[in-house]
Amino acid sequence: MIKLSSGEKIFQVCVYILLILLGIVTLYPFWNAIVISFNAGADTARGDITLWPRVFTLDNYQLVFEDGRLTYAFLISVLRVLIGTTLSVSLTSMLAYGLSKTKILLFKPYMFYCIFTMFFSGGLIPSFVLNKELHLNNTFWVLIIPSLISVYNMIIFRTFFRELPDGLEESARIDGCTNIGTFVRIVIPVSGPVFATLALFTAVYHWNDWFTAAIYINKMNLLPISSILQQILNSNLATEMLATQTGGNASAIDAVGKLQTVTSKSLSMATMLVASMPIILIYPFLQKYFVKGVLVGSIKG
Amino acid sequence: MRLQSPLKKRLKREWDIHLMIIPGVLLLFVFNYLPMYGVVTAFQDYNLFKGFADSPWAGTKHFRMFFHSPDFWTIMRNTVIVSLLKLVFSFPAPIALALLLNEVGKAAFKRVIQTVSYLPHFLSWVIVGGFVISMLSVDNGSINILLMKLHLIDEPINWLSESNYFWGILIASNVWKDIGFASIVYLAAISGIDPHLYESASIDGANRFRQMFSITLPSIMPVIVIFMILAIGNVMNAGFEDILILTNNGVNAIVRNVSDVIDTYVYRIGIQNQRFSYAAAVGLFKSVINVLLLIGANRIARRSGQSLW
Repeated sequence: MIKLSSGEKIFQVCVYILLILLGIVTLYPFWNAIVISFNAGADTARGDITLWPRVFTLDNYQLVFEDGRLTYAFLISVLRVLIGTTLSVSLTSMLAYGLSKTKILLFKPYMFYCIFTMFFSGGLIPSFVLNKELHLNNTFWVLIIPSLISVYNMIIFRTFFRELPDGLEESARIDGCTNIGTFVRIVIPVSGPVFATLALFTAVYHWNDWFTAAIYINKMNLLPISSILQQILNSNLATEMLATQTGGNASAIDAVGKLQTVTSKSLSMATMLVASMPIILIYPFLQKYFVKGVLVGSIKG
Repeated sequence: MRLQSPLKKRLKREWDIHLMIIPGVLLLFVFNYLPMYGVVTAFQDYNLFKGFADSPWAGTKHFRMFFHSPDFWTIMRNTVIVSLLKLVFSFPAPIALALLLNEVGKAAFKRVIQTVSYLPHFLSWVIVGGFVISMLSVDNGSINILLMKLHLIDEPINWLSESNYFWGILIASNVWKDIGFASIVYLAAISGIDPHLYESASIDGANRFRQMFSITLPSIMPVIVIFMILAIGNVMNAGFEDILILTNNGVNAIVRNVSDVIDTYVYRIGIQNQRFSYAAAVGLFKSVINVLLLIGANRIARRSGQSLW
């Protein structure tokens, strides 16, 4: 055990204090949101709700789970994540595998073609016009198709595929396997970690993306939950939802004199937590994979 | 039997490789290359009903309009300042975190802090913005509650409506969201440093703090420089989703004189005001500057030994 000088001990203590502070600052907003979501809304408006609910209620969550719009939005988001992630990971990995064969015809043009799109893009307006022309606007598919190929992900896949030992694919080829067959039967099973990582990144992207729907979709029942959430936060959607639920009575104390348990703030918090729960629950388990994925992508890419 | 030509032989072996590549290429063509052609709208007076082919030609009219408009200087100023602020604060923060994490001996503590710090990265800006709005709100915002309890202010401040605070709030939110995830790369680079360097340094009498600056930091300089090049190339992309959410999807005009950057301007003018050609021109202007900056930054870095290509 190397003896630390007193200066070094102080340094160590400072490091630990700073990191603990970081942990607290990161987690506090969550905790506060949880507390507000379980607290009666009108009571929260009086202030001082920070570490523990004062007037406990489950009504906010009840409204979240009962409002048809939110249920629809949840479904859309889940569908989008499942379909979008599966399709995107399949197509991108196929492209990456193809491009991992550096000796094929047209290799250089293919690579330049893909990498160029990382540096130059048409921009928001031309994409908007394009999607309109393709009749994708206001459909479910505008949430999935335009983002199917991610060149960044493709590079991560490709780097991984190139590191696989040649022997693996050679023996499959000798046995008469086609390239596609080799990909499906040999490469994919061996590439679990990279598929898990990129599936996670893609799924998170689809779950969190609110902007695509915000500009391309106005049908309310096609909005994913992140877009609904954005409307709740940035507009009066929350008040409107309350009004529908409580029969138009959105005052602080309703006719019977009971303290109003749901306000737009408490409802926003509850919705936010429900929307982020899936991610919070999943990502710690995949930490090992995405840490590796980030490295492969950044250092090699 | 005639020998097959080399080309035929190659194709026979590779045909299904190309089959795997084609769908990706097609998708990129439609959704990445076709919109590039769409920049032609920047030189037209694009009319929704007439489409590309029939909209009248406008030349550089929109560009000149943009450069002469009163908005131009405000937007450019905001874009540059927001990017610079992000460069000065958001860029070093993950590096500092990686350095700190590297000093931690207890593996369990390190892992817990890392897991916790990665969380905000996985949340959408809607949620992060929601937290920020909640913490800063006038009724029950924790920041206001804290400041009042400490007797630093008498009344709650409406933070998001004051131009002076906007940039600070924006940068702080960005750091909160990404400091953990961005530190992954730096931490990995640090773990690749030869331990013998540290041993000989401590024999020479350097303490951990000194070692951090003399060994750790210089050793990961290549990684830092690469990311800095990318960050500089990104100066025009000062922010978008974060600004939108914090200004109520662009509706909050009170702080617009500090919050409007090129991307939010294009969004507002193009999508909300439907001035397609003008917005496309502004967007194209931005892309060109981006490419120039990237090339310029790389050239500077190349002289110091690092390069993107």
